Amino acid sequence: MTAILSTRGLGRSFAGLRAVNAVDFDLSPGEIRALIGPNGAGKTTFVSMLIGRIAPSEGRIFFDGAEVTALPAHRRVRLGMAYTFQITSVFGRLSLRENVALAARRRLRRGVDAAVEEALARVGLAERAGEVAGDLSYGHQRLLEIAMGLAQAPRLLILDEPTQGLADSEIAAFKALIREISATTAILLIEHNMSVVMELADRVTVLNFGEVLAEGTPAEVQASPAVQAAYLGTEAAG
Amino acid sequence: MRRDYLVHGALLAALLVAHFLLPAYHHGVMARVMVLACFAIGYNVLFGYTGLLSLGHALFFAAGMYGAGMPMHLWGTGPGAAFAMGVLAATLVALVVGALALRTAGVAFMIVTLMFAQAGYLALLLASRWTGGDQGIVIAQAQRQLWSIDLSAEGPRYLAALVLFGVCLIASLALMRSRRGRVLIAIRENEERARLLGYDTFAMKLMAVTLSGTFAGVAGAGYGILFGYVGASFATVQYSIYPLLWVLLGGAGTILGPFLGTLFMYYLVDTASDLTSAYLLVVGVVLILLTLFAPGGIGGELRRRLWRAMP
Amino acid sequence: MEFGPHLMLAVLEGALQAAVLALMASGLSLVFGVMRVVNVAHGEFYMLGAVGAWGVTSFLGISPILGFAAALVVAPVLVGLLAAAVDVTVLKRLSYDPERTIVATIGLLYVLQQATLMTYGADARPVAEPFSARIALPWVEWKDGLQLFWPWGLYTTGYRLFVIAAAVAVLVGLGLVMKHTRLGLMMRATQADGEIAAAFGIPVERVYAMVFGLGAGLAALAGVLIVPITQAHYLMGGDALLMSFIVVIIGGLGSLGGTLVAAVLIGLSEGVISVFFSPTLAKILATLLVAFVLIFRPQGLFGKAAR
Repeated sequence: MTAILSTRGLGRSFAGLRAVNAVDFDLSPGEIRALIGPNGAGKTTFVSMLIGRIAPSEGRIFFDGAEVTALPAHRRVRLGMAYTFQITSVFGRLSLRENVALAARRRLRRGVDAAVEEALARVGLAERAGEVAGDLSYGHQRLLEIAMGLAQAPRLLILDEPTQGLADSEIAAFKALIREISATTAILLIEHNMSVVMELADRVTVLNFGEVLAEGTPAEVQASPAVQAAYLGTEAAG
Repeated sequence: MRRDYLVHGALLAALLVAHFLLPAYHHGVMARVMVLACFAIGYNVLFGYTGLLSLGHALFFAAGMYGAGMPMHLWGTGPGAAFAMGVLAATLVALVVGALALRTAGVAFMIVTLMFAQAGYLALLLASRWTGGDQGIVIAQAQRQLWSIDLSAEGPRYLAALVLFGVCLIASLALMRSRRGRVLIAIRENEERARLLGYDTFAMKLMAVTLSGTFAGVAGAGYGILFGYVGASFATVQYSIYPLLWVLLGGAGTILGPFLGTLFMYYLVDTASDLTSAYLLVVGVVLILLTLFAPGGIGGELRRRLWRAMP
Repeated sequence: MEFGPHLMLAVLEGALQAAVLALMASGLSLVFGVMRVVNVAHGEFYMLGAVGAWGVTSFLGISPILGFAAALVVAPVLVGLLAAAVDVTVLKRLSYDPERTIVATIGLLYVLQQATLMTYGADARPVAEPFSARIALPWVEWKDGLQLFWPWGLYTTGYRLFVIAAAVAVLVGLGLVMKHTRLGLMMRATQADGEIAAAFGIPVERVYAMVFGLGAGLAALAGVLIVPITQAHYLMGGDALLMSFIVVIIGGLGSLGGTLVAAVLIGLSEGVISVFFSPTLAKILATLLVAFVLIFRPQGLFGKAAR
């Protein structure tokens, strides 16, 4: 199967420090991929390069068979990538409905309202559509971010630590939602919660010191001595 | 939806009724206020809705004013064509200034726009052979005739001002209700998020600067033609501060705010200038009080207390 | 007079401009550097210094030199206190938000300028030079061997040299205070990171009030020094503000060293340029220069490359 997203030799330095180094990465359509690694492994830098928030120092990025390395972020989003922020970044003074409508309106001329209702319903926020986004709890703002991602009907959805700050019941609902979405969308997930990774991911990529340390099924990765060493070495708690 | 247009339509109707009722002095003041409110509406598109604070809007106002006044003065162009030339000039100047200044943000954007406007003002003085320099240009009454209507007479002048104001008011309402308008608000709230929803935020901001300049140009060209004077004083920093003040006072990010702010401030300055030559003191005091106590202005207070969904 | 002596006069005039400009701009730069506040009312503090000097000297009515010495102390201190009061009553309440403080200082500009118009009036008033020594300057020329002669009209005054020396002394003093005293350390710490400075027990609010007062005091000092040469007028702040903006931005926002270099360069070149070109054209070029520096080289012409 041809990959929907690939990188070749992707790297980025900050003031001489290599945050990401020579990463070759392939993601298949319909796949749920988890990206894990110790703090400071370069995960957020890596996905920021994918979406175009940060320019790479070297290497190339391909989306859906075309090179996107030089495209600005908004052009990549138009091609079908979507990104949810690690730190929630909703439009705090606008209503939930308007937040999601902004996401939907870019691709839809008509039927925006229906798409908005549907996206909000899927994350369980339909009843609160008229409220101001800034009044939501942190966990609900994360769900709103995901609804904004859904409303874009992307072919690749990048989620940066989506379960951070969610309650256990919300995490269960989140897992179900991601499985449902993955029928139509490839998903790349930065995640710290190992139970989420183990249950959801088809494959896992482990980054350490900006390089790919291991890649495989959740079970393979969990069994890898190199991965265990990396985690034990930097985060004693695992 | 309908309600918005009804409220704003009612304001325009009231201003039309006022044409027949107002005593002569206030009739003249209101005509000025309506034209200047177009300037404020344009400023509000950029500051209130897009969140960009410019300190150089006098440049766009003056581009409209001189763009209309100089062809009339130098080549005897008629007021209709001159008006179009003024608006076009302002739009082009705004497009160029926007394309350059939008490479910066925040405080740097404020200073860059201020500097461009200052350079424009000085250029008007330098080119005094054509612009009249400090003296400006007086446009003869004989030239201010459109379809044999005398625009310098009080009645037609008021109605022309009302037409300009009505078009600008409804245009800004339609803009802010449109998809593009919503994106401008999104940029004000969180530019990075808007970009990652796939919107070309630079292009949208450039559109906002350009449209804002067009409104300012409408006001500048209209003011020059209707009141018969084109002067460099309209290009000074003061005329960049005024629209900021009007919009802050009336309520940034509301459609009615610019008009309310212009109206109140005009009368405030007018009253003060009867009392003292230092009437600009009022401007300073109001600016400080607004930033301290009422950052939402009149419109913000209305929205908070009476009408939450006010556009 | 021939070209050479003419140029020498222009350079002297430029050095005077540079000295006054450096004082004023370093105040603006200090305030921006430590507080991240663009003080649009800075030019009015300069004007208040000049008007204050007129007030002090004419109120005391003593010998020019004693009266001027008193003005040199009293006017900047009063202006500094006024500015500190503004900081506490206005800027602090805006939480030093960059855009809102600009709007507020625009308001302050009008208040100070118009209040001066109401009390002091619209006239330009002179202050006598405290000492009026004229110093003739020599010129060398090759005429049957090297010759020294004294062209008519080529002279400067002792007072002008005093202004240059005083500005240099104050700026050196400011540098020493910033580098070697506790106060300077607190300012630099606050500049680096206000929150961390507060966590280390630095009274950030008081530092801010002091910095704003000090910045205004420097502008006022510049105003006192210039007034025997140019007279005091309520609108004199506008051009001075523009010039110090230019200096601060070209020198790199918030960098004192860059500000000084830029002040000397611009002061000197302005003196020289305005002798040969139309001052309006020179100002247009200067404002455009500021705009383009901000657009294409925001760290200033002398600043280091982006962080």
